[in-house]
Amino acid sequence: MTATTSAAPMSAATTDRTAVANAVPPALEIRGLKKNFGPAEIIRGVDLSVARGERHAVIGPNGAGKSTLFNLISGLIVPTSGDIRLHGESVNGKPAYQINRRGLSRSFQVTNIFANMSVWENVRCAVLWPRGGRYAFWRGVDNNADVAARTHQVLTEINLLSRKDIPAGVLTYAEQRALEIGITMAGGADVILLDEPTAGMSKAETERAVELIRRISEGRTLLIVEHDMSVVFGLADRISVLVYGEIIASGTPTEIRNSAKVKEAYLGEEAH
Amino acid sequence: MSEIISHSAVAPATPSAPIAQPSAQSALGRIGSYGLWIGLAAILLTAPLVFRSGTALTVMSLMGIMIIFALSYNMLLGQTGMLSFGHAVYFGLGAYFTIHAMNAVIDSKLAIPVVVMPLIGGVAGLVFAMLFGWVSTKRSGTAFSMISLGLAELVGSSSLILRSFFGGEEGVSTNRAKLLRIFDWNFGPQVQVYYLIAGWCLLCIVLMYALTRTPFGRMCNAVRDNAERTQFVGYNPRVVRYIAFSLAGLFAGIAGGLATINFELANAALFGATQSGNVLLATYIGGAGFFFGPILGAVLVTFLQNMLSDVTEVWQLYFGLMFIATVMYAPGGLAGLIMMHRPLWRAGAIAKLLPGYLLMIVPAALVAVGAILLIEMITHLSVKAAEGPVMKMAGITFNAAGVPAWSLCIGTLAAGVLIWRFASGVAARGWDDARAVAREKGLTV
Repeated sequence: MTATTSAAPMSAATTDRTAVANAVPPALEIRGLKKNFGPAEIIRGVDLSVARGERHAVIGPNGAGKSTLFNLISGLIVPTSGDIRLHGESVNGKPAYQINRRGLSRSFQVTNIFANMSVWENVRCAVLWPRGGRYAFWRGVDNNADVAARTHQVLTEINLLSRKDIPAGVLTYAEQRALEIGITMAGGADVILLDEPTAGMSKAETERAVELIRRISEGRTLLIVEHDMSVVFGLADRISVLVYGEIIASGTPTEIRNSAKVKEAYLGEEAH
Repeated sequence: MSEIISHSAVAPATPSAPIAQPSAQSALGRIGSYGLWIGLAAILLTAPLVFRSGTALTVMSLMGIMIIFALSYNMLLGQTGMLSFGHAVYFGLGAYFTIHAMNAVIDSKLAIPVVVMPLIGGVAGLVFAMLFGWVSTKRSGTAFSMISLGLAELVGSSSLILRSFFGGEEGVSTNRAKLLRIFDWNFGPQVQVYYLIAGWCLLCIVLMYALTRTPFGRMCNAVRDNAERTQFVGYNPRVVRYIAFSLAGLFAGIAGGLATINFELANAALFGATQSGNVLLATYIGGAGFFFGPILGAVLVTFLQNMLSDVTEVWQLYFGLMFIATVMYAPGGLAGLIMMHRPLWRAGAIAKLLPGYLLMIVPAALVAVGAILLIEMITHLSVKAAEGPVMKMAGITFNAAGVPAWSLCIGTLAAGVLIWRFASGVAARGWDDARAVAREKGLTV
């Protein structure tokens, strides 16, 4: 198998491999996904399969449709056609909160937190639903030891415990990015989508963020959009290249690195 | 919307170090919060002993009703970020259902005391909020506000059509003293009604505060801050808005029920646009970002409404100016202003503010006197033109069209503005110094 084969057969191969290896459906499986905004076709037939426990990166030039793809998978927008399966079950067209409850959680490219609430409350909001908090208005929240323990644990992991009482809006940019990841993982979702988690970070901050991502994605399935190639190649088990709404290649980092097609379409213009 | 929440509370009682010392922390916190409630109960209990006049009792009763109403409104505005222009609908419907229930109890001689009647109003408020909220909470932001306005118009106009229920222009009346007595209280005298209202007020404050400390209450704040993000932590923001709207209707209905017991009357004015505007004003002036803000707002606004109207005919103008000033210069309201000083107080740096603040009293008083003089003279010359230019204010008779009065007015204003610029500089320096101290101690960022 070479990296230069077209996207569709590659994805099919991935599916087969997963089926043989685990005899369970892939964590995430996308078939023939299309999204039009009016006459503009943004996603033009994406096939993608992410095996359970895999760290999968989606790369591509600006405007390729990476964020739209994430918005489709996470339920923020509804696909025009095609199918999205989470652990073998279709979540196509389902509202975002239902997809989240089925174990898929995402972060945002632009920091998307609860700015007026404390750091502690930000993380706790993400812990509540999976721990049975639901919409309860007859039960206290502060005395829930389980929720508090998990919140404490997440804040420790993202290294924001010392900042827990200040409003999230006054955190530094890098801290807000860490909080963004914390909110995303706090609920314990087993499929995590990260949209450019290191965008705008310094080199040192990026290194810490990658370390954090590596740690929290342990034992989970990760789909990540990232522009920083050192992050992508250092982190991902597999990489898919999205260009103009289509996946032109999907494979291991080595395969992608050596793919002439990818070089031509993407890496070539990015090579510094 | 962002201005409304910009000063908002980072929950007053965020549990600190839940793992480290859970028992000690919560036990202390419990005593602290119980102390607050006991203090509040003591104030409500002793207020009629301090303010004994009939007017004071009436005003305090109205304050109690307004506190519940404003807090219920803030469940939408401050807690969930929903700006409703029609909250009086649930207040008014609560009032009407209560008064009809009271009359039914009187007619059929049921052994039910008036004390429980606000519950009927609460249920009515809840049911109608669940009904109307089903439509309006499908949208947020401006669309929600517009729908709330439309629904208010709908109910307002139906009150003139359904005369058998709403009683047309004269409304529906009752006699609260005819219900079952409790011991020798028939709730006829105002002081007994005051205690009835105070009891419900305390209960509702405690319940509404408790609501903010539940998973639902926390998610209300999350929806307010960022509705989109709540979907990605498993919550449907629409459901959160719907529950908030329904429960706000419940408490508004209780307030309406108390109002009808207080007035022994229910008419269309109870759910008019003025009433919806009043509750918005009280909540905003008090401060929507903090739980206790609407309590301050309800007390202040009710007091001013009843006192200012005795002093001046254009009290609504002063009211409007106060509202505009709050929106422009203190978007966090009274509560926001108070809470701004909390870290400085804890840092022991509050004394640094005193010189500047004391100095500010001078220009503030001058500007206020000048502005009041200006407004009252114009009012006298335009509204009361028939009475001639001579008017009386604060016991002084003068010619409102004369040069001396206008010179004094403009001179006072000008002096006030000039001194203001100097004094505000001193105040700002004091503020910066105090902030620096607080920042050093890690009490602010």
